[in-house]
Amino acid sequence: MTEGRITEPLRPRRHPIRWVIGIIVAVIAVDVLRGIAANPAFQWHVVGQYFSATVILEGLKATIWLTLLTVSLGFALGTLLAIARLSHNPVLRVVSWTYIWFFRSIPLLVLILFTFNIAYLLPTIDVGLPFLPAIFSFDTNSIITPIGAAILALTIHESAYSAEVVRGGILSVDHGQMEAASALGMSGAHTMKRIVIPQAMRAIIPAAGNQLIAVLKGTSMVSVIAVGDLLYSAQAIYNRTFQVVPLLVVATLWYVVLTTVLAFVQYYVELHFSRGTTRQKPTTPVQRLRRALAALVSRFDRDEAEA
Amino acid sequence: MSEKQHIQTAAAPLVRIRNLHKSFDDFEVLKGIDLDVQSGEVVALIGPSGSGKSTMLRCINRLEVFQKGRIEVDGMLVGYREVSTPKGVELRELSPAQISRQRADIGMVFQSFNLFPHMNVLENVMEAPMAVRKMQREDAETLGWDLLNRVGLAEKTGAYPRELSGGQQQRVAIARALAMQPKLMLFDEPTSALDPELVGEVLGVMKALADEGMTMLVVTHEWGFAREVANRVAFFDGGKIIEIGNPEQIFSSPQEERTKVFVSKVI
Repeated sequence: MTEGRITEPLRPRRHPIRWVIGIIVAVIAVDVLRGIAANPAFQWHVVGQYFSATVILEGLKATIWLTLLTVSLGFALGTLLAIARLSHNPVLRVVSWTYIWFFRSIPLLVLILFTFNIAYLLPTIDVGLPFLPAIFSFDTNSIITPIGAAILALTIHESAYSAEVVRGGILSVDHGQMEAASALGMSGAHTMKRIVIPQAMRAIIPAAGNQLIAVLKGTSMVSVIAVGDLLYSAQAIYNRTFQVVPLLVVATLWYVVLTTVLAFVQYYVELHFSRGTTRQKPTTPVQRLRRALAALVSRFDRDEAEA
Repeated sequence: MSEKQHIQTAAAPLVRIRNLHKSFDDFEVLKGIDLDVQSGEVVALIGPSGSGKSTMLRCINRLEVFQKGRIEVDGMLVGYREVSTPKGVELRELSPAQISRQRADIGMVFQSFNLFPHMNVLENVMEAPMAVRKMQREDAETLGWDLLNRVGLAEKTGAYPRELSGGQQQRVAIARALAMQPKLMLFDEPTSALDPELVGEVLGVMKALADEGMTMLVVTHEWGFAREVANRVAFFDGGKIIEIGNPEQIFSSPQEERTKVFVSKVI
C-alpha cells in the first residue's frame, strides 16, 4: 500500500440509543406542553386579558425597582463586609463574620416579618453616640413602612450573601498579581481598583447574576406585608375575581421574562470581564444555536447522500 | 563575550545589607546576611533551594518583612526611618504609602512573570508610570513603545499576556519594571518557568541591560549567564552567604567546602 492511497473516509460512531431516548423525551415534552395549552383551567384568555393590565404593570415596576435598589445597596454593603473580613483588623473580621453567619441563617420570609414588626423591638430609633443619650429620636413606625421594611430585609439578606460572593472573587485572584503591583509601587487602593477587582469580577459576575435572580424572585415574599409588588398585584386581582390560576400564570410569565432579560445582560457583562482570559471570543447564545442547527442540517444531508 | 562594567569599589554601595535575619514562624530562613552591591554591578545569587536567596531578594523591596538587620538602597533605609529616643536609636516602620514610594525605585521580575492578564502588553507597561509617577497617557504610551521595542516586542503591543510565549511574557515583565526607571533591578529566577528554548531570549535582554550599566541582583540557576554577565557570584547555603567572589573563583576554584560540593554537583 502506498502513502498516497490512504484516503478511506473516517466515519464517526453512530448513536442509535441516543436517538431513541431523544425521541421518547421529546414526545413526553410535547404532550406536557399540549396538556398545558389545552387545559381549560389555565383560562388563557384571562391570562391575555390581565397580562398587561395597569395594576400588573404597576406591580411589575415595583418588583423591578425593589430588586435593583436592594441588589445595589446589598452589594455595596456586601463589598464592605468582604473587605472587612479580609482586613488585618481582627475586630472587623469577627464582626463581619458574625453578621454574615447570622443573616445567612435567617430565612428571607422570617427576616421580612421581623423588620416589618421591628417597632415592637425598637419603639423609637435614636441617633447619637453609643452609651450616651440620643440626639435625635424618631418614631420607628414613621420610618418602617411596609416598603421600608421590605427594603431593609432584602438589603440585609442580599448583603450577607454578596459579601461571600465578593470575598470569593477577591480570593480567586492570584497572589502574584498583588505582589507585582506592590513591587511597581502601586498603592493598596489602586491595586484593588485596577488589578484585583477587574480580575475578581470574572468569578463574581456569575454568582452575582444568580443572586440578582434570587432577589428578583425573593421580592415576591414582600407581598405578605402588603407591598404592592408583582405577586401582590396579581393576588389583589384574584381576591376580587377568584381567577387564581390565570393570574398566577401572569405573574409567572413576567418573572420568566425578567429572569431571561437578566441572563442575557449577565452574558454580555461576563464577556466584558473575560478580556485576556481566552484566545477566542466566546460565542453568543444566538451564534451557538445557529451553529448547532447548521451541524444538524449537514448531518441530515450526509445521511441522505449515503442513502 | 562583552565587556563587563568596571566597578569602582571605593564609592558608596548602591545596596547595603547588614546582619539581615528573617524567620517564617519558627524557621529561620536568613541567619545574618551582609552584602554590598556597587552601582552598575551584576551579582548572581546561587545556591540550593531553600537557602534563602529569593527571600533576601524579596526583603530588599520589602515584599517580605524581616526581624533584624537593615537594608539601604541608594542611601535610603528600606521600610523604616531612624528615630532617636532617650533609650537610643530605633527604627520605626514606614507607612504603606512611604513603602510604596521606595518600591517604585526598585524593579522586580518574578519567576511566574505576574503580568496583568486583563490588560494588553502596552497597558501592562503603562499602568505603573501613570498611576505612581502621574505620567501623562501620551508620554506613558511613548515610553511603553520604546521599552517594548528594546525587548524586541514592538509588534506585540496589542496582544494579551495569554497570547504570548513564556519568554515573551518575561520580556514584557522586564519592560514593565524598567518603565519605572528603577535604580536597581531584582530578578527572582527569571528563567526557571521557561521552556529551555525560550531561556536565551530572556537572558539576552538581561545581558543587554547589564551592558547598559543597570545594577542587578539575579537569583539564577543559569550558570552560563552568571559566568558571562555577573561581576560577582554569591553562594548561599543555610540562610548565609558562604562565599562571594568573581565567577571564575566561585565556579573554578571555590575556597569553602560547601561551595566545592555544590559546584561539583551541578557542573
